Amino acid sequence: MTRRAMTIRPKNAEAIEKMRAAGRVAAEVLSHLREMIRPGVTTAELDAEAVRIMRERGAESLFLGQPHPRGGRSYPGNICVSLNEELVHGIPGERRIAEGDVVSVDVGVKKDGWCGDAARTFAVGRVDQRVEALVRTTAEALEIVAREARAGVLWSAVAGRIEDLVRGAGFSIVTDYVGHGIGQEMWEEPRVPNYVGRDTARDDFVLAEGMTLAVEPMVNMGRREVREKEDGWTVETCDGQPAAHFEDTFVVRRDGAEALTR
Amino acid sequence: MAKDVIRMEGTITEALPNAVFRVELENGHRVMAHVSGRMRMHFIRILPGDRVTVELSPYDLAKGRIVYRSS
Repeated sequence: MTRRAMTIRPKNAEAIEKMRAAGRVAAEVLSHLREMIRPGVTTAELDAEAVRIMRERGAESLFLGQPHPRGGRSYPGNICVSLNEELVHGIPGERRIAEGDVVSVDVGVKKDGWCGDAARTFAVGRVDQRVEALVRTTAEALEIVAREARAGVLWSAVAGRIEDLVRGAGFSIVTDYVGHGIGQEMWEEPRVPNYVGRDTARDDFVLAEGMTLAVEPMVNMGRREVREKEDGWTVETCDGQPAAHFEDTFVVRRDGAEALTR
Repeated sequence: MAKDVIRMEGTITEALPNAVFRVELENGHRVMAHVSGRMRMHFIRILPGDRVTVELSPYDLAKGRIVYRSS
């Protein structure tokens, strides 16, 4: 069961500082894009601005060229922009943002050989109370991680609290996609699910100081089932209801987890 | 970017030696999959025709690991 513990490598102080530098770029891109997101802007424009900032900071996109896990084309964008019923991995293009949209932006940065991965969901203009609750609840799931993910604790304990928060609010936690370890590669061991389930006994691990994890709760307003669209990357909810996604790259500490992407 | 769990349902089409099976996944792909250690530990038998869940390795999408038998 804890064979996994041997393959999860905690990072030393120097590596963490480099990840913090990459994380800061991701944070900067996200806060810039938050200001840019308004009705009429295309998702391609967001993508172009993101890569411009990354280059200015001596960094590059982590997502561009990422191979697809099941074959098919590699990821063609620099960031992911997912609207409404799209959950994650939306490819930037000619689609225009409109009033009332739920826009999730996922930014991956590589700087000096180290990675940062973060995501935020924004509601554009006036939205339903229920949509506001969806976004707020998903954001709050990350705060649970900051508070509860401390060295010595089993990840499933934290995941259970995330799941309880989400289900308590009447939403569904997505189970087909998970967070991940991160370092010099985007996807490292371990798998970081946002729920407790059948795989938990096998996937669970004890948090250790210096572990760097990209935790990304994904929450659907309706049912949890999602599917891939024909473009081979974009993931959407099966019932067409909106979904939210928040993510930070965290380093595990003794008293909680510190977000490197803020 | 979120990591997907790469778990798919499929049906056993053929039993090969050493607890390896040919599985036809629900997307039509045929892969070779071995039985997970945990299932062997619990003596769970797998026969052609069984519906199973296969976990695919991201490094070799033609080989998988049978982690659950539903039928």
